[in-house]
Amino acid sequence: MDVLKKVPVREQDPKVRATNFEEVCLGYNKEEAEAEASRCLNCPNPQCVKGCPVAIQIPQFIEEVKKGNVAEAYQVISRSSALPSVCGRVCPQESQCEGKCIRQYKGDAVSIGKLERYVADTARAMGIMPEGAKEKKNHKVAVIGSGPSGLTCAGDLAKMGYDVTIFEALHEAGGVLVYGIPEFRLPKEDVVQKEIDNVKALGVKIETDVVIGKSVTIDSLMKNEGFDAVFIGSGAGLPRFMRIPGEQSLGVFSANEFLTRSNLMKAFSPNSTTPIMHPKKCVVVGGGNVAMDSARTALRLGAEVHVVYRRSEEELPARKEEVGHAKEEGIIFDLLTNPVEVLADENGWVSGIRCIRMELGEPDESGRRSPVEIKGSEFEIDCDAVIMALGTSPNPLISSTTEGLDVNKRKCIVAEETNGQTSKRGVFAGGDAVTGAATVILAMGAGKAAAKGIDEYLMSL
Amino acid sequence: MFKILEAKELAANIFQMVVEAPRVAGTCLPGQFLIIRVHSDGERIPLTICDYDREKGTVEIVVQAVGAETYKLSKLKAGDSLADVVGPLGNPSDLVHEDIEELKKKHIVFIAGGVGTAPVYPQCKWLKEHGITADCIVGAKNRDLVILEDKLGAVSNLYVTTDDGSYGRSGMVTKCLQDLVDEGHHYDHCVAIGPMIMMKFVCKLTKELNIPTVISMNPIMVDGTGMCGACRLTVGDEVKFACVDGPEFDGHKVDFDQAMNRTRLYKTEEGRLYLEAKEGDTHHGGCGNC
Ligand SMILES: Cc1cc2nc3c(=O)[nH]c(=O)nc-3n(C[C@H](O)[C@H](O)[C@H](O)COP(=O)(O)OP(=O)(O)OC[C@H]3O[C@@H](n4cnc5c(N)ncnc54)[C@H](O)[C@@H]3O)c2cc1C
Ligand SMILES: Cc1cc2nc3c(=O)[nH]c(=O)nc-3n(C[C@H](O)[C@H](O)[C@H](O)COP(=O)(O)OP(=O)(O)OC[C@H]3O[C@@H](n4cnc5c(N)ncnc54)[C@H](O)[C@@H]3O)c2cc1C
Ligand code: SF4
Ligand code: SF4
Ligand code: FES
Repeated sequence: MDVLKKVPVREQDPKVRATNFEEVCLGYNKEEAEAEASRCLNCPNPQCVKGCPVAIQIPQFIEEVKKGNVAEAYQVISRSSALPSVCGRVCPQESQCEGKCIRQYKGDAVSIGKLERYVADTARAMGIMPEGAKEKKNHKVAVIGSGPSGLTCAGDLAKMGYDVTIFEALHEAGGVLVYGIPEFRLPKEDVVQKEIDNVKALGVKIETDVVIGKSVTIDSLMKNEGFDAVFIGSGAGLPRFMRIPGEQSLGVFSANEFLTRSNLMKAFSPNSTTPIMHPKKCVVVGGGNVAMDSARTALRLGAEVHVVYRRSEEELPARKEEVGHAKEEGIIFDLLTNPVEVLADENGWVSGIRCIRMELGEPDESGRRSPVEIKGSEFEIDCDAVIMALGTSPNPLISSTTEGLDVNKRKCIVAEETNGQTSKRGVFAGGDAVTGAATVILAMGAGKAAAKGIDEYLMSL
Repeated sequence: MFKILEAKELAANIFQMVVEAPRVAGTCLPGQFLIIRVHSDGERIPLTICDYDREKGTVEIVVQAVGAETYKLSKLKAGDSLADVVGPLGNPSDLVHEDIEELKKKHIVFIAGGVGTAPVYPQCKWLKEHGITADCIVGAKNRDLVILEDKLGAVSNLYVTTDDGSYGRSGMVTKCLQDLVDEGHHYDHCVAIGPMIMMKFVCKLTKELNIPTVISMNPIMVDGTGMCGACRLTVGDEVKFACVDGPEFDGHKVDFDQAMNRTRLYKTEEGRLYLEAKEGDTHHGGCGNC
């Protein structure tokens, strides 16, 4: 074995997986995991931990993997993360833990994410569960939203002994983990549902089909239903469109709609009654994880797929692994390209998209070189569907119905980073609802911080 | 699970149900809707809240079996349960936020078509409870399809019209409105709810008659909370989401042709599922029906 190279992970063959919805990455087995773990240098001053937003004690858990102690490894991870089998799969490791691993300066970084996933999956198969509370505390906490931030906050509070109820607007718990991220990247029944079951096993109640701000308000939860504190983890679910001509044509979808139909409503399965379009040739606009997921979903439904993105490959915000997988599966990338108009036929169906070529100019505020149109370079791509994956912003349903809850100009709820405290007493917030669309691990971290904040608040009453 | 307490057929293919849904019943107002799922693999079906009882924690829906899922819903009986009921969604009718004294000065006409009759009821009822009796035109294809006549008659001045003249006045709702105006009725405000095509023609007429008109849009929806954008439509020169910005809009600004076109999006796909639900697993295409 070459210690400079990571142990390759087994994956479904690109040609095969392009036609099914099963998980692409098959993960490590025991031998592979232990071999990979042995590459970790157990650094005295581990840089990887600094790259992990929730500071998992990475070398410690990897040491346990080396020794074959999965249960111990799981306990190390559990101290910092509530959703390891999710984060192991979806964290942008290359810019977080693995991006800091010293191994990468000569060879490959240690595959921390794959090891974390191995530990979590194996522990689950062994029936190891997080430990519940020893004593009950006499306070009720409401958690709004069952995405990673809400699940983590609820789980942590339940471990401290609080009586916690999660309110979820959709008919299923999980947030983006169930409605956004596809099955082939994050299995719903085997992974997400199990993580939710763990949270329930801690005593957390989940009431689905409740839209806070409509079915009941936060003020009413606190005044009439006896909740002493509230955590808002409602995410950033509002899709953006481009506002270009033709966007209302038949066959133009937001990524949220396309993915929700496919994931939450399981439209890809013949048993589902929710329809989804099976495009022949589909253009996906955007370059993030959401764009990759939409593109690869459309591909699996039988389409030839083009990803249209206005910057260059280097700036693609999606996880590197997803971009790689997308390419292997045959997704075509039209980079430095921006749509200017959706074209429709005489029946109002999408017939193509007119784009303009871009070049990179001066760096903008984000430090990325901003794309500039090249005059006269318009061209058309014919297609029968367009999926807009341009990002999302927080839904104003809650902020507009809760008195005294401040939002900033991007409609994000204003909350302290350290403890989630908002401008309203007893109300805490975190995750995408506060930061705008970000990552699972950041949302989880915010849920954890808020659980601590809520505990301190309730203990001070 | 949400229990069905009452279920009956009002007219061919049109069903009325009372469902236990305490959270919805606790806060809903006229003009709002809910989303149900009949079973755990089911599609999310938006339906207007037609009546509610806060004490009993129940809501009433009236549904027309038009596709696979509404067909399955129509087969349910009292005692059965729905997998999901979520709501109330959308905004209450503007009327409930207006100053009552100002409202009392207005002559209001409701125009309902087909199953749109049901959502008109809670609004007329609400007005009646606040001392206002509106005029209400209800249109149906024929005598057998007239629904809720007694209930509506009790809370409004009701005019029934049938396309074929088999009951009440004769002709479409637009003719009835024109006739009423010709007979000397004056209206300051119109609310029209029904098939998009009906609302489009009502709006065309009320524009000529200079009557401000509010309509309730029923585009294809998924989540009903502003998350998917499936329900988007053009109002004036703005793109709106019917589920969070509506469902009521200024009818004179809505682009009906575009909205009607968008409801065709899943036509063939759903037609196939409908036939499958109705005929069992015998339908494999080729009949030309879908
Ligand atoms: C397609 C897609 C792919 C992604 N891929 C990755 C990835 O690979 N790696 C990564 O790290 N991140 C990824 N992300 C981002 C990540 O999923 C989010 O940052 C994360 O889920 C945010 O968690 P959250 O708990 O703040 O909110 P969410 O997961 O959005 O959950 C919020 C929940 O609150 C509910 N809710 C909203 N409003 C209300 C209300 N009024 N009442 C009751 N409930 C309400 C929603 O229905 C939802 O269930 C992806 C996102 C998408 C959309
Ligand atoms: C806010 C709102 C309120 C509504 N209120 C009521 C109500 O009170 N009573 C009632 O019977 N129906 C109402 N509808 C319409 C109802 O939701 C649809 O008829 C239903 O979703 C069809 O489901 P299906 O699976 O049976 O049919 P599908 O198989 O989904 O569709 C059958 C046919 O109906 C068309 N269709 C699908 N969805 C809609 C829609 N939303 N509007 C119009 N046509 C559609 C399809 O294009 C197709 O041709 C409302 C819709 C909305 C958005
Ligand atoms: S949680 Fe994410 S960033 Fe932290 S160690 Fe695991 S994969 Fe890396
Ligand atoms: S930086 Fe890399 S090698 Fe060092 S402890 Fe972390 S994972 Fe191991
Ligand atoms: S139904 Fe999804 S945004 Fe309106």
